[in-house]
Amino acid sequence: MYNDKVMEAFRNPQNVGEVENYNGLGKVGNAACGDIMQITLRIENDVIVDAKFKTFGCAAAIATSSTATSMVIGMTVEEALKLTNKRVVEELEGPPPQKLHCSVLAEEAIKAAIEDYRNRQKGVTTPEEQPKMV
Amino acid sequence: MKEIYFDHAATTRTDERVLRKMLPYFGEIFGNPNSQHAFGREAQKAVDEARDTIAKLIGAKPNEIYFTSGGTESDNWALRGICRALKGKGRHLIISKIEHAAMLSTAKELEKDGFEFSYIGVDKEGFIDLEELESAIRPDTILIGCMYANNEIGTIEPIAEIGKIARRHGIFFFTDAVQAMGALPIDVSSSDIDLMSFSSHKFNGPKGMGALYIRTGVPLGRLISGGHQERTRRGGTTNVPGVVGMAEALRLTKETQAEDSAYVASLRDRFIGRVTEEIPYVKLNGPKDGTKRLPNNADFSFEYIEGESILFSLDLAGIAVSSGSACSSGSLEPSHVLLATGVPEELAHGSIRFTFGKENTVEEVDYAVDTLKEIVGRLRKMSPLFNLKGDMQNV
Repeated sequence: MYNDKVMEAFRNPQNVGEVENYNGLGKVGNAACGDIMQITLRIENDVIVDAKFKTFGCAAAIATSSTATSMVIGMTVEEALKLTNKRVVEELEGPPPQKLHCSVLAEEAIKAAIEDYRNRQKGVTTPEEQPKMV
Repeated sequence: MKEIYFDHAATTRTDERVLRKMLPYFGEIFGNPNSQHAFGREAQKAVDEARDTIAKLIGAKPNEIYFTSGGTESDNWALRGICRALKGKGRHLIISKIEHAAMLSTAKELEKDGFEFSYIGVDKEGFIDLEELESAIRPDTILIGCMYANNEIGTIEPIAEIGKIARRHGIFFFTDAVQAMGALPIDVSSSDIDLMSFSSHKFNGPKGMGALYIRTGVPLGRLISGGHQERTRRGGTTNVPGVVGMAEALRLTKETQAEDSAYVASLRDRFIGRVTEEIPYVKLNGPKDGTKRLPNNADFSFEYIEGESILFSLDLAGIAVSSGSACSSGSLEPSHVLLATGVPEELAHGSIRFTFGKENTVEEVDYAVDTLKEIVGRLRKMSPLFNLKGDMQNV
């Protein structure tokens, strides 16, 4: 059901964990639905210098987390905000259709992390461990 | 790479002896048992012998065995057939909440046709609530249905008690014995079972072959209309190789059932013992008492991780299992069986079923536990839920 690229990303995921000194955190999904994705970013001079993920979810969720975090490293914040789930799916050469919601989660987690970063810049505190329901 | 098959509840390998017995019926003995000539008579003889064999092995009369395409057809036939035959008497049926999809989705369709179903709950080990069952009975109840043993968590239901309740109230009793037939001694003559479905490929027979036991005198409408096959109750040319194969598979299974079940249960118990002791934050689903659990079944929920990612990690290590998680079934809901036993949704998503067979070995069980420990540890390190526990030791 999964292609080789998805299986490889699942077998050897990149960027697992939490970025030390992260300044943006996004957490989306919920456990009852079977998917939670947390992405931490280190953003310096408007460029994402590091990204890591922690994911509770299926093989497709782990694979898209790995791919999406790899894709945003080196991007500016503006570029990362334009990263769509479609791009992530293309990069993985398409997980099966019933798994597309996993790639949506990756896009949303990155957007949430950037939003958190911007709020921090503005001095707004965000409840870090509060998962955003989707 | 290793190839370890721990998914015997999904299907089993066709026994070579069964295959050898079937082969002539694709070749020289190809006749249609319905034909009047010698070719037909020879095929008919094989079908009659197979029917006798199966009947004897389960304590039935030969004319109470009806061949079908498998468990799903048999389940459909039992439910729809009773509804058609008895709709003038009543339109209410009682089944458990943990039936196979073949039952539950048929029930949903029958509800649209104006039949009413009561779905009886189970306790945390999956045993049907007998009091709730009895109190659900109404004057217009036409069937009580409960699976013999659950396919997912291995619970062996109190079939004798359910049968007594059904008898006492004069209601027909149907059981889906698809998972039980290969593992447990079943004798319908000493039971109150009126209808029972089973499927050949669960006990080393061919796929696409099953049967419905219909006790003499039980009224049942047809599911498949056609010719005069199966005493006019089920149309369609008889699957002669399948019939022969199922009979031989059941004969071989029953010959060594006690020893095989004891051996398979020893693998199960070793597996359950090691997983429970060596992997933290796991929950065994189904009965703790091994005598009330299918000998081949171990079903675990692993906290903080998702079942499908465990399944594929095991698959990459050469171990084949099934998952109760929504992700592997293509739906968004996790297993209805686990939810009925009170397992919370997030835990139900992290469930894996291991079902052993007589070809499996202790070495395979040990390798699987060792591999599983690594996989669970690795996936938990990846899980945003697990770091909240702050306990990364011992996994």
